[in-house]
Amino acid sequence: MNKYLSIWNGFTSTVKRDCLLSKKNLTQFLNPLLLFILVSASFPFAVNLNESNLSTIGPGVIWVIAILSFLLTLSNLYMHDLDDGCLDYMLLSPQPLPILTFAKTFAHWVLSGLPIVLICPFVAIFYQMELDDSLVLALTLTIGTFALSLIGSIGAALTLSTKNNSILLSLLVLPVTIPILIFGAKTVVLYQNGHTSLSGFYFIGAYCMFALSFSPFVSAAALRIGSE
Amino acid sequence: MMKFIHKLASPPHFYSISSVLIPWLAITGLILILFGVVNGLFFAPPDYQQGDAYRIIYVHVPAAYISMMAYTLMAISSAIALIWRIKLANAITVSAAPLGAWFTFLALVTGSIWGKPMWGTWWEWGDPRLTSELLMLFLYFGYLALRASIVDEKKADQLSSILILVGAINVPVIHYSVEWWSSLHQTSTLLKIDGPSIATSMLIPLLSTIFGTTLYFLSLLMIRTRSEVIMRQKNTKWVKDLIKGVQNA
Repeated sequence: MNKYLSIWNGFTSTVKRDCLLSKKNLTQFLNPLLLFILVSASFPFAVNLNESNLSTIGPGVIWVIAILSFLLTLSNLYMHDLDDGCLDYMLLSPQPLPILTFAKTFAHWVLSGLPIVLICPFVAIFYQMELDDSLVLALTLTIGTFALSLIGSIGAALTLSTKNNSILLSLLVLPVTIPILIFGAKTVVLYQNGHTSLSGFYFIGAYCMFALSFSPFVSAAALRIGSE
Repeated sequence: MMKFIHKLASPPHFYSISSVLIPWLAITGLILILFGVVNGLFFAPPDYQQGDAYRIIYVHVPAAYISMMAYTLMAISSAIALIWRIKLANAITVSAAPLGAWFTFLALVTGSIWGKPMWGTWWEWGDPRLTSELLMLFLYFGYLALRASIVDEKKADQLSSILILVGAINVPVIHYSVEWWSSLHQTSTLLKIDGPSIATSMLIPLLSTIFGTTLYFLSLLMIRTRSEVIMRQKNTKWVKDLIKGVQNA
């Protein structure tokens, strides 16, 4: 009993620590969000303004921009801990490393994924989307960004020992996240057209669970190899 | 049997065995390719729907097949390298990657050339095979980029092996997601590539080029692996002896 309690403590205290750290470093937390809003707002300038047009491309465009601004945050996932030496303590600690990597991934999602989810119904207004459509969009992004965090954690751990890794990281992560993009955007489009969108939710949910099943362990293995 | 495998996994033995195997693989492969291409281009009957344009199949299908086989091979050797720490497996993964990327590229280009007269377009997003093959190319590029950016060789081996394995788990997911995505399209009416089941006179040259290309690929892989092994083991005694032997001869 006691043992499990301490694992749970390890998880929660890591999440708490990361949230506190981001409070001290607000720009890093806000910049990707601002980028998300700005790019979303600049898209309608580039395409022909037309109400039906905009609401059709809306889900896909918002999904792509969300993924891109999300990718920019990934390289920080383990970088700070490497720089200030906390990573070595994580590796040495009696806590199982996969629990800690999962905690860090979860914290990353709370700090970078959730804000995007919360703000996307407002961004959807730029694209003339109906309220219920934008709520479905937010729901797909909730599951989707979590899956992205999980996949991205592997990528961040793999590229930790390289310098200037954020472009490399995007190169590695993007092909693997295409399935979520396809089904995330498609689900909203199906819902817009009045079809049932459950199948899309099933797929991104399944993908998310699938990533959850191996991501913490693979990230932990990559961190161990990288720190040798 | 196990003893033989163990022996093969040691670099000096691989080096001597492969020097015997390479000419056989290469010559048989080239003969099969030649037979298949000559038969396919000159003697097989034209397709009743596609005319002579279908003949690119004799390049396209082998290339696409090798692109997937190379990735599978890299995944298997990555797993072997991570689990049993066999040095040769790392050398094989490294050597297979550029070859696999090239065959993927070739498959994409030939598929595109085939698509132009048949579908009326160079690129069709609705076709699942095209798009999933493109993603496969990106996976190869990711592997090559990650390897190139890590200086320490041992670390590069292990980290990129992990990447290959994660990619391998995802290949079926990517493949099916792209396929299902296209089946969600309601308006798209795709031409089937294979059309009616293939006639024997077309099938035999096709199988011949597929086998031939596989053997050709294996011989290229062995040549590359040999030089990789020598590079990696340049400080060992057997490589030094080998170089001395070459210099004396």
